[in-house]
Amino acid sequence: MAGYLLQRLFQSALILLGVSLVTFFLLYALPADPVRQIAGRSATAQTVENIRQQLGLDQPFVVQYWRYLTGLVQGDLGRSYLQKSQVSELIAARLPASLLLMVGAIVFELVLGLTMGVIAALRRGSATDQTLMIVSFIGVSAPQFVVGLLLLYVFAVQLGWFPIGGYGTFSHLVLPAATMGILGSGWYSRMMRSSMIEVLRQDYIRTARAKGLARYRVILRHALPNAILPIIAMIGIDVGIFMGGIVVVESVFGWPGIGQLAWQAIQRIDIPIIMGVTLVSACAIVLGNLLADLVTPFIDPRIRLR
Amino acid sequence: MKLAEKEISGAALAPERKEVLSVQDLTVSVRSANGLTPLVSNLSFSISKGETLAIAGESGSGKSITSLAIMGLLPPPAVRVTGGKINLGEVELTKLPEAEMQRYRGDRIAMIFQEPMTSLNPIMTIGQQLTEALEAHEDLPRKEVQARVLEALRAVRISEPERRLRQYPHELSGGMRQRVMIAMAIALKPDVLIADEPTTALDVTVQREVLNLLRDLQAELGTAIILITHDMGVVAEMADRVIVMQSGRMVEEGSVDGIFRAPGRRYTQDLLAAVPRMGKGGHKRQSKPAEDFVACIDDLSVRFDIRSGLFGRVSHHVHAVHHVSFDIAAGETFAIVGESGCGKSTVAKTMVGLVPFQGDIDIAGCALGREGRDAPKSLRRDVQMIFQDPMASLDPRMKVGDLVAEPLVIHGIGSAQERAERVRYLFNRVGLSDDQIDRYPHEFSGGQRQRICIARSLALQPKLIIADESVSALDVTVQARVLDLLQALKEEFGIAFLFISHDMAVVENIADRVAVMYLGQIVETGSRAQVFGAPQHPYTRRLIEAVPVPDPSFKRPVEVRPSGEVPSPMRAVGDAPKAVKLREVSAGHLVAQ
Repeated sequence: MAGYLLQRLFQSALILLGVSLVTFFLLYALPADPVRQIAGRSATAQTVENIRQQLGLDQPFVVQYWRYLTGLVQGDLGRSYLQKSQVSELIAARLPASLLLMVGAIVFELVLGLTMGVIAALRRGSATDQTLMIVSFIGVSAPQFVVGLLLLYVFAVQLGWFPIGGYGTFSHLVLPAATMGILGSGWYSRMMRSSMIEVLRQDYIRTARAKGLARYRVILRHALPNAILPIIAMIGIDVGIFMGGIVVVESVFGWPGIGQLAWQAIQRIDIPIIMGVTLVSACAIVLGNLLADLVTPFIDPRIRLR
Repeated sequence: MKLAEKEISGAALAPERKEVLSVQDLTVSVRSANGLTPLVSNLSFSISKGETLAIAGESGSGKSITSLAIMGLLPPPAVRVTGGKINLGEVELTKLPEAEMQRYRGDRIAMIFQEPMTSLNPIMTIGQQLTEALEAHEDLPRKEVQARVLEALRAVRISEPERRLRQYPHELSGGMRQRVMIAMAIALKPDVLIADEPTTALDVTVQREVLNLLRDLQAELGTAIILITHDMGVVAEMADRVIVMQSGRMVEEGSVDGIFRAPGRRYTQDLLAAVPRMGKGGHKRQSKPAEDFVACIDDLSVRFDIRSGLFGRVSHHVHAVHHVSFDIAAGETFAIVGESGCGKSTVAKTMVGLVPFQGDIDIAGCALGREGRDAPKSLRRDVQMIFQDPMASLDPRMKVGDLVAEPLVIHGIGSAQERAERVRYLFNRVGLSDDQIDRYPHEFSGGQRQRICIARSLALQPKLIIADESVSALDVTVQARVLDLLQALKEEFGIAFLFISHDMAVVENIADRVAVMYLGQIVETGSRAQVFGAPQHPYTRRLIEAVPVPDPSFKRPVEVRPSGEVPSPMRAVGDAPKAVKLREVSAGHLVAQ
């Protein structure tokens, strides 16, 4: 177990190194010039050159990357070009809001998606099943900014049940979490449906019924835990999809998380912030997957970590 | 005293005919596009306390559907009871709503299934699954439930029952899992126990133990057993009465002695004639001392690495095949028999170059590379394989004619015209007709599919065909015909067969020479007459004795053999098993010391 964990953490470090290299190179190769942004339109060529030297952006790629990496190893994500503060501080201030949104979205999509999936599987082939699957299909295919705006219009503007935007109370959380979760619940309901149908076909379900167990007990005790096994690994992967989603959703709802931070930084080519947010997201994805793998053996005794 | 004795003997002579279950005019149908199709039609029978009724028949005869109908477990909504009555004592089961039926299911009628490997929930402990069965029907304090569960496990003779309670199904062997299933079924002392092919998936020695167990439990509890099986040997040993079914209808019913001695119907006669019998097999043929060998296997070992630890070091080896040597002469059938996990299939895979090995394999005078790949094309031409599951070994999206022609295409043999000609010839040769060439695999029955696989293996005119459990999945009547076909092909084309099987009776019927494998090693080898007529090694004897005999009058000698699990072939690095030495007891008959 300890050996497995060490091995996985070592792999994770390698993945993060790779992510940092690729992202850094992409930003380096960007045709836009961050120094122009910092200096402003009216700056002279001399000023621009000074700033460039000051930031070390005149150095070759390898030198720049090495500097960044040595800082990174010491926990230094660099300073923002435009907001004169440490990137790590900026991210730390906004991370809790994003994590809250993520937890809200995961709860939303699991509750909705798994319920829909189980009901569809149990009523397989019926009108209920078909309706649920059409709904889930819409959920999967609708772009998040459309869903977000739609929810805002209906539940905030027309009905006035929830605030239009902002951060602070539970009711602020509902619409952004729902926007993020609708996509996921579409996926989960489809996966849960097929997984459940597969499990219900298994011999041990027949055994459970042959024992004379009540239907609800067969479903809750025997079918559900087995059907959920393949879903767990998906939750880990899901974290990655979230990280893409928060950039859009946080901007739509004015949610003060790292997605919004990233969006602002991208507009102004604030490279240290973009790098920082990317790495934090990559960390979240890697940790999410690791967590999912660590949890599985507790539910499935056949899996032993080695 | 005298009176009591008389009463007992009286009871034994005419057992109390207390009917526990009766089925009248049962019809089960499946709803399909063209209306209701009956799967079981007008079936009537009854069973009394302490009686064993066998329902025998081949696949598709409706025997399993009947058992599911009694349990109220027919797959909804397509399949349902469309006529007739099932009475459990006073209660009519077919009319009961699901909630009512639950009370009887598991409590008064219990069932054990064919596949012990998949019939237990993989993520619940044995204890949880047993406890649950009891708690569904009886309101007992925890302590008492625990005691009853342990009692049930002891009744099915499971070693260390306390420890088993905390184990998961994957930690138990197939035989143990089937015992757990039986424990679960008898824990509530049901009136009727339905056993649906309870031993079909088990090794022959384990089958013997499970059958003995069922018989002992019945004597103790007086349970009525409905035994569903395709194996007439099991029927002869277990049943009091037999129902023979074909295509959803009862063909014949009678006492087991009557049916076996004088089968009334043609179908029953065919069924009994097709059953491979020990001691009757072997046509006149005796392997002539052959000079040329198609395969020489010398000191073959195959082991698989088990890695563990941080750096994935090899900590254990699975010794799948350990220092095995044998030769196959041209035109002979050489059989390897043994129970699951003995390494017989690994030998087959190694011989077609699928597994890396140590030792020497010469096939048709050409040495096989040891890396388990890049077998030369010529070798692949000389050796062909037929597998157990014909459906799984035919690509469902290809026409069967193309499947049979494919080896010719791969080896670039003949023009399209010549290939078509050859496919037609092969189809006719294995007993299929020309107009079936353009069909797809799912349009054929199991036996026909295996014929297609045989035709494909013949396409390249190989010198050796490896048949790995090739007839194990087939019904007995189909199996008999396929075996006849293999025999005819062998004589016609002079092909040598390596026949791998767990079924002693089949091997005795088809093999010229036999090798018995146990734990990766050959423990006995010789001609069919030597191994089956005068078995020397205790394991060979155990295998032969365990085979059910399709003769109700056969008296099985009382055996006092401790039941034991086969040890694991996985051993720590450096702790290789000792290679057994074979001693020649008569010409060509070698036995492990």
